[in-house]
Amino acid sequence: MAKLDLVMFEEEYKLLQEIIGRLQKDASAKVVFLVDKNGQQIAAAGDVKSIDATSLASLTAGNVAATDGLAKLIGEKEFSLLFHEGEKDNLHISIVGKRGILVVIFDQNSSLALVRLRVKKASKELQEIFDQVEQRAQKESDTGNRFESPFSEITDEDIDRLFGD
Amino acid sequence: MTFINYASREINCKIVYYGPGLCGKTTNIQWIYEQANPEKKGKLVSLATETDRTLFFDFLPLDMGTVKGFKVRFHLYTVPGQVFYDASRKLILRGCDGIIFVADSQRARMEANIESIANLATNLKENGFDIRSIPYVLQLNKRDMPSAAPVAEMERLLRFRGEPMIEAVASQGTGVIETLKAAARQILMELQRA
Repeated sequence: MAKLDLVMFEEEYKLLQEIIGRLQKDASAKVVFLVDKNGQQIAAAGDVKSIDATSLASLTAGNVAATDGLAKLIGEKEFSLLFHEGEKDNLHISIVGKRGILVVIFDQNSSLALVRLRVKKASKELQEIFDQVEQRAQKESDTGNRFESPFSEITDEDIDRLFGD
Repeated sequence: MTFINYASREINCKIVYYGPGLCGKTTNIQWIYEQANPEKKGKLVSLATETDRTLFFDFLPLDMGTVKGFKVRFHLYTVPGQVFYDASRKLILRGCDGIIFVADSQRARMEANIESIANLATNLKENGFDIRSIPYVLQLNKRDMPSAAPVAEMERLLRFRGEPMIEAVASQGTGVIETLKAAARQILMELQRA
């Protein structure tokens, strides 16, 4: 495989969840999502039920990927921040490290300045955890000493069962 | 790139439907969407033009059930098939776990099929993947067309690595699930080897 799989353990997940939970409160945001650049949701905080999180994750990743393409066309490395202003709700999208995207949805109870300020701080903390995850994966891959995969004993029957056969 | 979350015991895989314009990529995904159990499927997102041509991608999340105590979730994507949307196609391949190549069986589209496979190889390479090793399934779609080329001829032209080859009529659902299953099998087996 070209890149290492993203494997997230309980303790790392808890830390990420904690940071975005805090960000949601500190920024007075409605919802905060952390998604992966490939379009998969990693963590969420706030009024999550009000939004189709899976579609949001995939569309955000598509949006960031397209904007990335635009950046390269004009000779920029990336645009690290996207902001969409709506009538009531606004969307603040920023890149975290190499593989994360932070999405903050907020209304008139907050402001762009506040969101930007809080996102900056949270991004740093998130980045550290992503680095840890990456370092661990790299180390395991270098030493060939990978954790015991739960899928090492997957059978044809398991796959048939997924399709209801 | 598979995302395994030990905290929520979830595993997410990204499967991309690739192929020339109007070969039936969106039709495959639409059929799956219509047939899937409402509890299992998410929303079908289609970024299409006013004439229903895919502009950026279609996206369908599917909950497949559990394997070894892990919830398995497939994220199905299609790419826009039209030649001039190449930049978008490249983006969608980012982080994919497996490819389903949908070939149009109509004789007149054979060259477009071949070109599209070559384009897939280039775009995969730019994303750090190798078309010869990534989980890959070949679907021969539109088998019901009167101008469909014989399977043996399509195999000779399009099959290059002994990949599973499945005959389909996506508009009627024939071969659609078999194709997805063949891709799922390879991806999950890949995890076993990892």
